[in-house]
Amino acid sequence: MSILVIAEHDNSSLKQATLNVVAAAKAIGGDIDVLVAGENVGAVAEAAAKAEGVNKVLVADNAAYGHFLAENLGELVAEVGKGYSHILAAAGTTGKDFMPRVAALLDVAQVSDIVRVESDDTFVRPIYAGNAIATVKASDAIKVITVRPTGFDPVAAEGGSASVEQLDVVKDAGLSSFVGEEKAQSDRPDLASAGIVISGGRGMQNGDNFKMLEQVADLMGAAVGASRAAVDAGFVPNDMQVGQTGKIVAPQLYIAVGISGAIQHLAGMSDSKVIVAINKDEEAPIFQVADYGLVADLFEAVPQLEEELKKVL
Amino acid sequence: MKVLVAVKRVIDYNVKVRVKPDNTGVDLANVKMAMNPFCEIAVEEAVRLKEKGVASEIVVVSIGPKAAQEQIRTALALGADRGIHIETDEEVQSLEAAKLLKAVVEKEEPKLVILGKQSIDSDNNQTGQMLAALTGMGQGTFASEVVVDGEKVNVTREVDGGLMTVALNLPAVVTTDLRLNEPRYASLPNIMKAKKKPLDAVSPADLGVEIAPRLSTLKVEAPAARQAGIKVADVAELVDKLKNEAKVI
Repeated sequence: MSILVIAEHDNSSLKQATLNVVAAAKAIGGDIDVLVAGENVGAVAEAAAKAEGVNKVLVADNAAYGHFLAENLGELVAEVGKGYSHILAAAGTTGKDFMPRVAALLDVAQVSDIVRVESDDTFVRPIYAGNAIATVKASDAIKVITVRPTGFDPVAAEGGSASVEQLDVVKDAGLSSFVGEEKAQSDRPDLASAGIVISGGRGMQNGDNFKMLEQVADLMGAAVGASRAAVDAGFVPNDMQVGQTGKIVAPQLYIAVGISGAIQHLAGMSDSKVIVAINKDEEAPIFQVADYGLVADLFEAVPQLEEELKKVL
Repeated sequence: MKVLVAVKRVIDYNVKVRVKPDNTGVDLANVKMAMNPFCEIAVEEAVRLKEKGVASEIVVVSIGPKAAQEQIRTALALGADRGIHIETDEEVQSLEAAKLLKAVVEKEEPKLVILGKQSIDSDNNQTGQMLAALTGMGQGTFASEVVVDGEKVNVTREVDGGLMTVALNLPAVVTTDLRLNEPRYASLPNIMKAKKKPLDAVSPADLGVEIAPRLSTLKVEAPAARQAGIKVADVAELVDKLKNEAKVI
């Protein structure tokens, strides 16, 4: 068996999710190659070559891939991937965008968002927003798979010494072009891979009050998230949303502040190691999944938390 | 321009999902069904394009059993002009759904196809992208804004880390995210009018597509339940537990 992992990156650095996907590839078993597609991606390719367990890094460096347009990536990955038994990518917004195109071009099914590998053709994935867990067997010769990064512990980022090979394949479908982007600027860790996440819900009342959470987050080196209710209410931008349709997180510590715990939100964070809930409504469903629950007014509890943390950190 | 909207009949999002005791799937017997929430947003977007004078006709298509006509009628009551029901009692997976929709696209030749980004049952997030690839169209997935501009459409997408805007040649495929719009409710007069709107039924065989699932579900289980923990009295106790018991700070 031979597995092609599509690297997740931003043209300058390799995202940790790639290491989680390589771990899923190791669980399947076989030679693992990594494809780095982007523009001016020398540093990304070098980082990918050092990842544990990688056999070979393939590099497609061209302006056509610079913005990860699905139309171009889909054609590239379908062409490069047709010699492999498995094609894997992280189930982030980039992988979710281009991977189904790859599957359709190869006339095979895609298995989305796997959290466990049972064998080389059988995978476990959540359905119904995590309310049911399905074990699925794929019968196609090439398995196209997106991997939920939190389902797999990452391989080591250092220690490997894969060869790096430049590909001379340029696929520009000419169907789409990049217009612009608005990326949230933040010095805090990435939500999807942070060790500690502190999230606010509708109980925060407005966007300004999220500053309280940011101060606590900065003390702990945490990322800041939000429930769908807080995003829909316009308190914070959409990329902070944790839940079925937002980001799936599984940090060591998840602190839910003013979040009632709708099933949609629980689907995005219930694999966290330790869950803390702060909510004034003691009947809130979030307490049913919380390891430590504090029934309190968040506007008193969060400043106190900041003070207490200053004493111990 | 003509807009094609695909909608799916799924379990109502308010219904508590229960796994069948024999682990063969989710219990859908006597459970309330509804239009997939992301598909409602797709219908709404098409109706708004028509209200702006950008869309001239909205065709709504659904794949599924006879009962899926309920969801087509709902879309007609919201403002779609006519319906196509691809009737089958088989389980249709994303790739076959995309092939069926491709056949409809070839016949109807819409300028824009709008779908929900994922259905809340299988959570696959595949069909729109597969349809775009099979028809050679560009795609604007996870859309939070759609602006048609001559022979192009600009789609602002919700991506990891923020928003990204792409320009696509028409015809194109758009898949909706939650914040694209807030769907309206159908009024009673419109529900009555929708009953008279045209609705054609076809079979997968009529469209030349064979339903041959590539994925088989071996079992479906309930997720491991998380145990509720303890309540702490105050913040000081919370921090003490996190530091000395859970050892996560």
